[in-house]
Amino acid sequence: MTASYALALSDTQVMITRCVRRSLRDPEAFFTALMLPVVLMLLFVYVFGGAINTGHGGYADYVVPGLIVLCAGFGAGTTAVAVATDMSSGIVDRFRSMPIRGSAILSGHIVASLARNLLATALVIAVGLGVGWRPDANPARWAAAAAMIVLFILAMSWLAAAFGLLLRSPEAANAATFVLMFLPYVSTAFVPAHTMPAVLRPIAANQPFTAVIETMRGLWMGDTSTGAAVSHEAWLAIACCTGILVASFAAASWLFRHRTAA
Amino acid sequence: MTYTVSARGVRKSFGGKVVLDGVDLDVATGIIFALLGPNGAGKTTLIRILATLIRPDAGTVTVAGHDLLADPIAVKRAISLTGQYAAVDEMLTGEENLRMMARLLHFAPRAAKARSAELLAEFGLLDARARLVKTYSGGMRRRLDLAISMIARPRLLFLDEPTTGLDPRSREQLWGTVRGLADQGVTVLLTTQYLEEADQLADRIAMLDHGRIVARGTADQLKSSLGGEVVRLHFADGGGYQRALGALTILRADQRLRTIEVGTDGSAASVHDLLGTLRTAGAPASRLSVGRPSLDDVFRSLTGGTR
Repeated sequence: MTASYALALSDTQVMITRCVRRSLRDPEAFFTALMLPVVLMLLFVYVFGGAINTGHGGYADYVVPGLIVLCAGFGAGTTAVAVATDMSSGIVDRFRSMPIRGSAILSGHIVASLARNLLATALVIAVGLGVGWRPDANPARWAAAAAMIVLFILAMSWLAAAFGLLLRSPEAANAATFVLMFLPYVSTAFVPAHTMPAVLRPIAANQPFTAVIETMRGLWMGDTSTGAAVSHEAWLAIACCTGILVASFAAASWLFRHRTAA
Repeated sequence: MTYTVSARGVRKSFGGKVVLDGVDLDVATGIIFALLGPNGAGKTTLIRILATLIRPDAGTVTVAGHDLLADPIAVKRAISLTGQYAAVDEMLTGEENLRMMARLLHFAPRAAKARSAELLAEFGLLDARARLVKTYSGGMRRRLDLAISMIARPRLLFLDEPTTGLDPRSREQLWGTVRGLADQGVTVLLTTQYLEEADQLADRIAMLDHGRIVARGTADQLKSSLGGEVVRLHFADGGGYQRALGALTILRADQRLRTIEVGTDGSAASVHDLLGTLRTAGAPASRLSVGRPSLDDVFRSLTGGTR
């Protein structure tokens, strides 16, 4: 039993190395993924920020959590394309004809996705600090925010993997994850919900991205833009992310077994 | 005689369409066995079933002494599959591909490195080992694919259309590599739609058409099953050609060239009878030549290939 776990772990490790190498060797996608946080931060703080009054001090103080989520949506696109590309190439057949667990193959993609997204998040934070973001949080709150980010990225990555397996073609997978890139705009990522028209307000205030964003905002800045307590937003965010994670994990595992078997 | 593959009554349908309609197959240990058939005959499906990638709807299969359905893991350990599209990672180098696969076969890191070096040399890829596979030629990809297949020294190697899309020189090179593997004692089961490939490589051939095996044997047996010789007749006018079409059991006909090919046992009497039939039908041939049949002729006669 122990030996078989060690082997599964070694398989996963090999797959992670493979996916990380592939990420590093796709310079265009990699460059875009790193440029995106920087450009968006500068754009939102210096171009739009002056015209947006959030009632929460400087715009940099408001927008950082929103940009982290926006970049994760972009990262999900990359992951969905990577999984779909793998599924449409002959190499998965070879993996499957070898004595390896299917979960190792998907885990490689998920861990590489986590690594890419954490790098993008670190860039958002670094550039944010450079343009005037002044979080007011103790180490425990920083750790809680980091945990929120990891949980969120994992949920997005498994969701993206499920999209990639479901749609198979890299183009279709990319198109599907566009939803994840646009949903943050109809959340409290860039402007507070109460500034939106009545139709959008309930959507923006209650969608899962908002809970995730407000949790980070509350942990870093002390209060949320919705007026709800941080703990309330946090439980909501954890529930949403865990739900998405479990459902996507189950869907991806099922799809992997059935899609590659046809 | 021991068999590495022994299959009985293998059936598979996809969405109501019958792809394999009761296939029996025996592949003796240590030989190169070719599964020959046109596109859509069911070759790839059969290979994928034998390689544990899909489950048959019915039938019993033993691969390398293990029951396919009862113990697929043991089967996986004894086999290696090289699919129609080179199953290599384009974004890795040749050496990284080999080492990754060796690690997945649970070679220790140092052993994986050593085995990769051996295989790079054996398959002529030493110079290209540090290049990304996306810069490789078609032939190099197939060689890398084969090298990966040989990492664990499998007892049975499946090659699904190994030379499709290769230029003639790369194809012959690959044939040499496959023969070399067979010489090392690996049983090879390959599919091909090229008759020449089966003729050149295979010790035994089975012809698959519409999900059924329509003929089996050595290349020579299959050719002689047709009759010893093929008689090629040429007609001076279209009327004679049409009348001859109606009077003969033909292998192949070409309307534009007004030629008809017929199988015979090669005796002078049979040719005499043939000419007699033509005279009776009022369709005298203007020219006649006699030659050995090719596997192509066998294939056409078995699959009703007068199209």
